[in-house]
Amino acid sequence: MSNATQSIEAGGFAANAGWSGQLWLPGLIAAASWAATAVVTVALPDVVPWGSAGLFAILTGAGAAALVVLALAVPRLGAAGRTIVHYGPWFIAVGVWFFLWELTTAKFGWLPKPFFSPPHGLLAVYVAEWERLLICIGYSLRLWGLGFFSGIAVGFVVGVALGWSKGFSYWGMPILKLIGPVPATAWIPVTFYFFPTTFHASIFIVALSAGIPVAILTASGVAAVNRSYYDVARTLGADSRFLVLKVAVPASLPHVFVGLFMGLYYSFAVLVVAEMLGAKYGLGWYIQFQTAYSGYANVYATLIIMALICAGLVKLLFVGRDRLLAWQKGIL
Amino acid sequence: MLEALTATSLAPLQRDRTGAAARTVAEPSVATGGTAVSITGLTKRYGDKTVLSGIDLSFRAGEFVAIVGRSGCGKSTLLRLLLGLEKPEGGEIRIGGQPAPRAGGDVARFIFQEPRLLPWQRVLDNVALGASRTVPADRRRPLAQEALKEVGLADRGGEWPSVLSGGQRQRVALARALVSHPKLLALDEPLGALDALTRIEMQGFLERVWKHQGFTAVLVTHDVSEAVALADRIVLIDGGRVALDVAVPLARPRVRGSAEFGAIEGQVLDRLFAGR
Repeated sequence: MSNATQSIEAGGFAANAGWSGQLWLPGLIAAASWAATAVVTVALPDVVPWGSAGLFAILTGAGAAALVVLALAVPRLGAAGRTIVHYGPWFIAVGVWFFLWELTTAKFGWLPKPFFSPPHGLLAVYVAEWERLLICIGYSLRLWGLGFFSGIAVGFVVGVALGWSKGFSYWGMPILKLIGPVPATAWIPVTFYFFPTTFHASIFIVALSAGIPVAILTASGVAAVNRSYYDVARTLGADSRFLVLKVAVPASLPHVFVGLFMGLYYSFAVLVVAEMLGAKYGLGWYIQFQTAYSGYANVYATLIIMALICAGLVKLLFVGRDRLLAWQKGIL
Repeated sequence: MLEALTATSLAPLQRDRTGAAARTVAEPSVATGGTAVSITGLTKRYGDKTVLSGIDLSFRAGEFVAIVGRSGCGKSTLLRLLLGLEKPEGGEIRIGGQPAPRAGGDVARFIFQEPRLLPWQRVLDNVALGASRTVPADRRRPLAQEALKEVGLADRGGEWPSVLSGGQRQRVALARALVSHPKLLALDEPLGALDALTRIEMQGFLERVWKHQGFTAVLVTHDVSEAVALADRIVLIDGGRVALDVAVPLARPRVRGSAEFGAIEGQVLDRLFAGR
């Protein structure tokens, strides 16, 4: 423990100092914390055996060695070096986190099996189950992709119609506001009746969860477009098609993206439930299956995969937004 | 153009047009000439409030007319009626002998106080919006590029409107209005939102473009000195009627602070305050 507190204090100090001559001090501290994790993992016995301890020690040890090399090389790496230095405190934190995690779970057993798993317990899951997990990732992405993209496509079109047409808005908006807060999963009984297969029902539920926030925010975005833009477009002879496609839609895009972000999170949350409906593979299905058998390490390992995929998709969406909304740069 | 000049009975204000004509030969796409406008008995009411009561005015083709008046005198309403943005309760507007077109034609264009560029379209595409609907889509960008050159922003076409200064944005708006070569350009306090220095710069700029293209310009402004600097004729609207209609027989470019300049400015201002 004293090792850890020292690391944290030194890390905080080094984060301020940043450089120490030609040496990147936080890099060395991070290397020390990673090396400590590796040593603890092999030197102390597991209270209950988890497997893959050796592999985890090798990986963290390699990480420590890489950090030592970086600590020496970073001053000569230019822009990439500055990025690495920026994340220096995080390297330290992750090392310390692994170290404490190892001790409290596998080594001292304060957080016991099966409710908690040490990091090398998760690694053991990936080593043993990687084939099945890959198939599950494929199935989940297929379901999510079909549901999300069909949902946002319909949601966007409905949103533009709601925001543009007074008649459509009069009838549609109250209905949308009414069904919007209903959890997508509440539709499961209805979907069983309307859809030919459970797979179609699952797609519908994911689509609904992604489509509703997109529809609501697109509608409010289109409705909030500054009237003077329509005025000026009309004086230039623009027709309704132009007003919708070139004025209303681009003007509402900032709102639409908020809806897309919400839809992305909702659809991921719903994915687990959607895969309850008679699925044979899928990350959500796998989580439920393992929960039933108290395979919590497998559950955690799968949750990490889902979190990483979701974070990756959010990142992609950010990149798309920054490209499409480049015109906002000077305004915001 | 010639027909319009000879047909008018008003004292003709000769402008040197030879320069513009010579350039027109070199650039055949630059339309010359404006259109005559005649307004008779124009009346506009908003509810119980009569904004314009029986306005009679006629503008010669290619004339630069400034309309001044105090806030709420109906000068902007007159402009909106002229462009077909609103419908009058009575009277008639004829542009080039034809009844006033509905908004969206190519004969007339409007410049608002704010540039009103679409922020999500690049400068060139914003200008291309102004191109006539009869021009095929793939011909609009080259026309827009020409119009940008006309306003001195030929190299800024690829930028977002948000990076331009206020004066530059208003010049882009001007290019957007000019790209269809309108015969009538209505300007509703187009320089009102600019700082004093940019204003004077833009006034000279506006004058050059008008001389070059020869459209009929109707400028609504609350700045009497701007009106004297730019217009062939100043119309003062007060209480919904034409209170003063005075020619500005000064040679261009006009020198602010000259005695004649001051005399006309004083005459308009006196009438403006007399109505109080």
